[in-house]
Amino acid sequence: MTAAADEQTRTHAINMDALDRPSGQSDIDSEEIALEVSNLNLHYGSAQALYDVNMVIPKNRVTAFIGPSGCGKSTLLRCFNRMNDLVDGCHINGKIELHGTDIYSKQVNVANLRRRIGMVFQKPNPFPKSVYENVAYGLRIQGVNDKRRLDEAVEKALRGAALWDEMKDRLNDNALGMSGGQQQRLVIARAIAIEPEVMLLDEPASALDPISTLKIEELIYELKQNYTIIIVTHNMQQAARVSDYTAFMYMGKLIEYAGTNKLFTNPAEKQTEDYITGRYG
Amino acid sequence: MEKADIGHHISQQFNQELEDVRNRVLQMGGIVEQQLSDAIMSLTSMDMSLAEVVVTNDYKINRLEVDIDEECTQILARRQPAASDLRLLMAIIKTITDLERIGDEAERVGRMALKFSEGDSNDSKALAGIEHLGEYVQKNLHAALDAFARMDAEAAVKIAKQDKKVDREYENMLRQLMTYMMEDPRSIPRVINVLWSARALERIGDRARNICEYVIYLVKGKDVRHISSEQVEHDAREYNKEHHQKDKKS
Repeated sequence: MTAAADEQTRTHAINMDALDRPSGQSDIDSEEIALEVSNLNLHYGSAQALYDVNMVIPKNRVTAFIGPSGCGKSTLLRCFNRMNDLVDGCHINGKIELHGTDIYSKQVNVANLRRRIGMVFQKPNPFPKSVYENVAYGLRIQGVNDKRRLDEAVEKALRGAALWDEMKDRLNDNALGMSGGQQQRLVIARAIAIEPEVMLLDEPASALDPISTLKIEELIYELKQNYTIIIVTHNMQQAARVSDYTAFMYMGKLIEYAGTNKLFTNPAEKQTEDYITGRYG
Repeated sequence: MEKADIGHHISQQFNQELEDVRNRVLQMGGIVEQQLSDAIMSLTSMDMSLAEVVVTNDYKINRLEVDIDEECTQILARRQPAASDLRLLMAIIKTITDLERIGDEAERVGRMALKFSEGDSNDSKALAGIEHLGEYVQKNLHAALDAFARMDAEAAVKIAKQDKKVDREYENMLRQLMTYMMEDPRSIPRVINVLWSARALERIGDRARNICEYVIYLVKGKDVRHISSEQVEHDAREYNKEHHQKDKKS
């Protein structure tokens, strides 16, 4: 091949589409939206914890919040199922809409809201009851007492949390006798038994060993087929592994929010770059 | 971000590791440049001992490639770099592959010089073009490595465009060599040697262009391989505009 022909093949291989979009960026505009946050400001007493947060959380995707301690990521997460209502002196301006309904409007029943938006915490917190009763708890509270229906729901939830095979013969064992990783998956099973739309995970794997962590991450991947997941994590590699979108927060502000591939290979903001590459800003 | 800075990690050790591996690449680039200039010199001035040196020295480049590869693998495994650090390592891994291949091409030119010397040497006409082409290629390689060292994407865009000149020069030479072969068919075996050398130099030009593309990727996070240079230039302009506006805002 002559040099001219070489040059031609190069010139002909122009991929205009790829250029218009930065490489690796998923297109959030084309996603179905589950939650929409607009102009959210939050104060604890006189201290402001969140400044003007605006973002959309796409449906059936994993969205990760990362940032240094005290940046407001957990506070923001807790806004989504109004956990901050329980904090004295906390007041919130702005709007969070779940499929178009403002979750802070007076008509919203908070218990109902938390049924639709479930939450899992850093430390597994199973009830001191049997495995079965832990998972069935939410349904019993809703008034479901039909044994067959409960059996089905418990099995489905345990399968969903990748715990069925391990626990199917130990359903009557006390949940507190399980390992930390199993307990965390049990708590996730308890959360999905009532079939929420959104799952909030606050550092779900930070108290677990690497293998249990991988199992939780694998589980998150499975869960996103059916649920919208928001995860807060200190572990940046974990955010990079499990999430589709990543939000970087700093000092109560949403600094950058982008497709995970984009954010971890070519962030637009210097603060994001400094944080994910471990530089001091 | 505009200029990737290697320092300023919280981990001093990480700073050191990245600095080390980058210095090794520059060192490797220096050796490759020397090899190329020696190879061209040995061919154009029929300096056989210099050609021998070129052929025997190639192992140094190969060894550096293996060492740097190993260092990069270790950094990837231990540090899980992200963003500009990740792009730096990707750029380095790719750059050293091209540098190693440039070394091979230089060695090839050295071998051609050795072969060429076996016959009678009144083909200075055929060799004249090599000098010219070699100069272009050397200049481009030097500039590409310079852009890499300074992480200068604008310069890289310019140099990548220069590769067209090398290609044109190569084609001119091709036509000339064909004329020689038609005029005197007995010269064909020897002219073919010159032709192979010219081809090697042209390929080195392409690889210097590749290095420029990695520099652009490293600095701007955009993959510009297999895209026309006009598009690359346009992109760089757009990027600057964007950043200019952002700077103004903040």
